[in-house]
Amino acid sequence: MIHCILHDAEDTVAVVVVEGVTRGTAMTGWVMDDDRTIELEARQDIPIGHKVALRDMAPGDTVVKYGIDMGKVVAAIRKGEHAHVHNIKTKRW
Amino acid sequence: MTIVNRETSFLGFRRENGRVGVRNHVIVLPLDDLSNAAAEAVAHNIKGALAIPHPYGRLQFGADLELHFRTLIGAGCNPNVAAVVVIGIEDGWTKKVVDGIAATGKPVVGFGIEGHGDHDTIMRASKAAREFVQQASEQQRERCAIEELWVSTKCGESDTTSGCGANPTVGNAFDKLHALGSTLCFGETTELTGGEQIVAARCANDAVRERFMFMFDRYQAVIERHKTGDLSDSQPTKGNIAGGLTTIEEKALGNIQKIGRKCVVDGVLDKAEMPTHKGLWFMDSSSAAAEMVTLCAAAGFVVHFFPTGQGNVIGNPILPVIKICANPRTVRLMSEHVDVDTSGLLQREITMDQAGDKLLDMMFRTANGRYTAAEALGHREFVLTRLYESA
Repeated sequence: MIHCILHDAEDTVAVVVVEGVTRGTAMTGWVMDDDRTIELEARQDIPIGHKVALRDMAPGDTVVKYGIDMGKVVAAIRKGEHAHVHNIKTKRW
Repeated sequence: MTIVNRETSFLGFRRENGRVGVRNHVIVLPLDDLSNAAAEAVAHNIKGALAIPHPYGRLQFGADLELHFRTLIGAGCNPNVAAVVVIGIEDGWTKKVVDGIAATGKPVVGFGIEGHGDHDTIMRASKAAREFVQQASEQQRERCAIEELWVSTKCGESDTTSGCGANPTVGNAFDKLHALGSTLCFGETTELTGGEQIVAARCANDAVRERFMFMFDRYQAVIERHKTGDLSDSQPTKGNIAGGLTTIEEKALGNIQKIGRKCVVDGVLDKAEMPTHKGLWFMDSSSAAAEMVTLCAAAGFVVHFFPTGQGNVIGNPILPVIKICANPRTVRLMSEHVDVDTSGLLQREITMDQAGDKLLDMMFRTANGRYTAAEALGHREFVLTRLYESA
């Protein structure tokens, strides 16, 4: 089963694509661009469609998805944690 | 191997001006808010006539008024429309819409209410609508070439599965249609924020690129002028955020998946403007679903691809809206709204090429006459874009 999807190998977050991911779930991630998989563990419950961090990130770091800048970290995120509006913010507007 | 090639055809209605439609509507089009009641009464009297009520058309001026006329005339000119009855409060502006639609050669007639009242107007307009409906019911579909099908796209209630699944499905289909010489359209100007350079890089030449960046910057200036905070409560929407989208950049990067990997942006349109040659067009437009789809209908598009993540339920009275969804939860909970389920993409059960073909197959079935989910459910959102206050 694919638990989460990365668009690009450089992405620092992945999209959870199944329901029921909870703290401790062993996840398989699919890297769409080069069609290989990675493994990681969820540190928190993460709803379907929400993102999981693929590495530790500090405030000010750029978040990468599709291999491109999608915003900045505003609160520390550890690998396996839920990455969303509580710890990432737009660089625009 | 894809399911479309240059010889692929569909069954459409050829109109007086040569364009091809996939529906055969007789519409009763109010010029203004005051004429909705009469238009709806006519549609009630005459089975098969379709009223398209809307809330505007009084005291507009300048570019906003021009857009109002362009949208109404464009909707009437759309090849999915066989004939039009226009009803307005007075004769002058009513005639302007009638004349604009008459340029296509299709049957159109207008009625002003002032000096007659609703009863007399409804009676005369009903007689005209009855004749139009009977004429339309005798029109036959004929075989038409794939490149005669104009296809637009806009996504809504997006989530992260839109960027992984539903939007690239549209992109795959657009890549295939673009190669065959179709006329295609995308838009949603503010929703490209963070990915505008990607679109700019895909423009066919410097002139197109400059026009695109002009439209992009013009819309950013509107946001700057009117915003009261950062736009994080509106773009992404609350629905987007509930679905997992965090920033406008992330939403834009997912949005842009709809123009595929090979398509070139061949031209730029202002709101409700009609393309003048084949290829992929960017249309400056709101990202609000019903506004954007209405502008596509006014620009002459006859089939619409609408990817959704969280489950936008939009339809349009003129333009069949095909919903594509890759979110397995939404497909399960809102199946009556989903025309093409591509959730298998997220588990590697189908390839992007297969997903694109699945959409193209549904495009042909829809063009040939199949009702979309939105049509069957009666979704007829016709929403006019306003540029500023009325006088």
